[in-house]
Amino acid sequence: MPAKTRVPAVEGWFTTEGDEPALLGTRCRSCGTYAFPRESYFCKNPACDGREFDDVALSRRGRVWSFTNNCYQPPPPFVPTSDPFEPFAIAAVELADEQLVVLGQMVPGTSVDDLKAGMDVELVVDTLFEDDEHEYLVWKWRLVETGAPA
Amino acid sequence: MNNDKQIAVLGVGMHPWGKWGRSFVEYGIEAARAALRDAGLSWDDIQYVAGADTIRNGYPGFIAGATFSQALGWKGNRVASCYAACASGAQALNIARAQILAGLCDVALVVGADTTPKGFFTPVGGDRPDDPDWLRFRLLGATNPTYFALYARRRMELYGATGEDFALVKVKNAKHGLANPNARYRKAVSIEDVMASPTVADPLRLLDICATSDGGAALVLSSMEYARKRDAKPVRIAAISTVTPTYPQTIIEMPNFSTDSAAVVAPPERAFRDAIGFAAYEEAGIGPDDIDLAEVYDLSTALELDWYENLGLCKEGEAERLIRDGDTAVGGRVPVNPSGGLASFGEAIPAQAIAQVCELTWQLRGQADGRQVDGATAGITVNQGLFGHGSSVIVSR
Repeated sequence: MPAKTRVPAVEGWFTTEGDEPALLGTRCRSCGTYAFPRESYFCKNPACDGREFDDVALSRRGRVWSFTNNCYQPPPPFVPTSDPFEPFAIAAVELADEQLVVLGQMVPGTSVDDLKAGMDVELVVDTLFEDDEHEYLVWKWRLVETGAPA
Repeated sequence: MNNDKQIAVLGVGMHPWGKWGRSFVEYGIEAARAALRDAGLSWDDIQYVAGADTIRNGYPGFIAGATFSQALGWKGNRVASCYAACASGAQALNIARAQILAGLCDVALVVGADTTPKGFFTPVGGDRPDDPDWLRFRLLGATNPTYFALYARRRMELYGATGEDFALVKVKNAKHGLANPNARYRKAVSIEDVMASPTVADPLRLLDICATSDGGAALVLSSMEYARKRDAKPVRIAAISTVTPTYPQTIIEMPNFSTDSAAVVAPPERAFRDAIGFAAYEEAGIGPDDIDLAEVYDLSTALELDWYENLGLCKEGEAERLIRDGDTAVGGRVPVNPSGGLASFGEAIPAQAIAQVCELTWQLRGQADGRQVDGATAGITVNQGLFGHGSSVIVSR
């Protein structure tokens, strides 16, 4: 049986190549403000009339702002990956350089009991769900091992 | 009150909250007729109708103003329909106020009603990968309680809040709701009951999170001049805040994936939820110390604690002390959600902000049997609609 094709679950929100995946945001050419998901029409800075944006890879590391989990299976368009449903954790993560907070699932195996505000996490790309032909990918956060180089 | 842009509340009415399974039109019309009776007016006296829309009832829901007018009997009155998610009711109220203050009409009717499905609120159907409200379910599995839980956990991490603190909010609101004939849940709840209920999104349990309900609420409003011919001291709408956030919004908000960036523009003096009530206080010319009671949007128990601070009822990080000391219970320093709140009602989206004003009106008239805040002369509501719709109303007498 041929291997499934790995495709992003959403187009253009993150890189999938290489060992160091990153979220793809934009930076306004006029005022320099960051945005995620990418800005394409107008800059949200009220003092800026910029209409052109550079794609930028956002910081791959951040700090946990808050966290929770889903103990009940979310309704569609969420696609369940196990039956019975297994809870998974979600974290809101602060990126220092961009000064914004981004949501993401935690990788499987990390529960709310493992998390505290201020912990360091890094971005990985992991399977969100699969069908017969495709493996759909999404970004997730993973705790940085204590003592690992920054 | 320094504000001379005031209107009067002549009548209020509600259809009891529940899971009745009937058309939202029925709830809205029952509420409207109750408000008309309360005002001592008839449908003939109404010149303007503002309807708060529901998006789960198809075409007649999207055009609620005309739908309610037709159900009451078409007579060529002017009409408006509006949608701002949970803030829809405040927007409809604001539209009616503008008509009255502009002198375009004397008497207006505001109606909101909803019929809700069971379980989690879900996004509008179909494949809609450009809609963040669709994508957050698809890519994250982030339900509404996910966001409520992120705020709750933040209180635990910053201020040492506990699950028992959150449970105290439910215990208080359930007790308040016991005496409210329009409440869906009229049953005392203990801390143990809350702690024994299953976790939905850690740290929030089933009894920490508000249900979704059917219900309808209505207001009959008029100019002060019209009202004074009937009542020397009518209940007044002293302020309506419908503000958006100021950029950059640095608190993650449903249904977004991220906050704005503060890398270029510093965060505003007041974060969004602080700004909602502030704009209402400023418009009314009063402050938190002048407030006798509040109706706040307790989508979760923990969120009610956030609102205490957002409304200036206490300093940041002190909300847990308020609930522990009983300050926000009826009989306390500044009762919050004497109606029983969403904890006792469940959420009927387009009706909810209107229901908050109904409760304040009954309280200021001294008609809130079994849950009366003694001697109340000013109250505030606060709520927030998806995508940046602030909603806060100050009612005074």
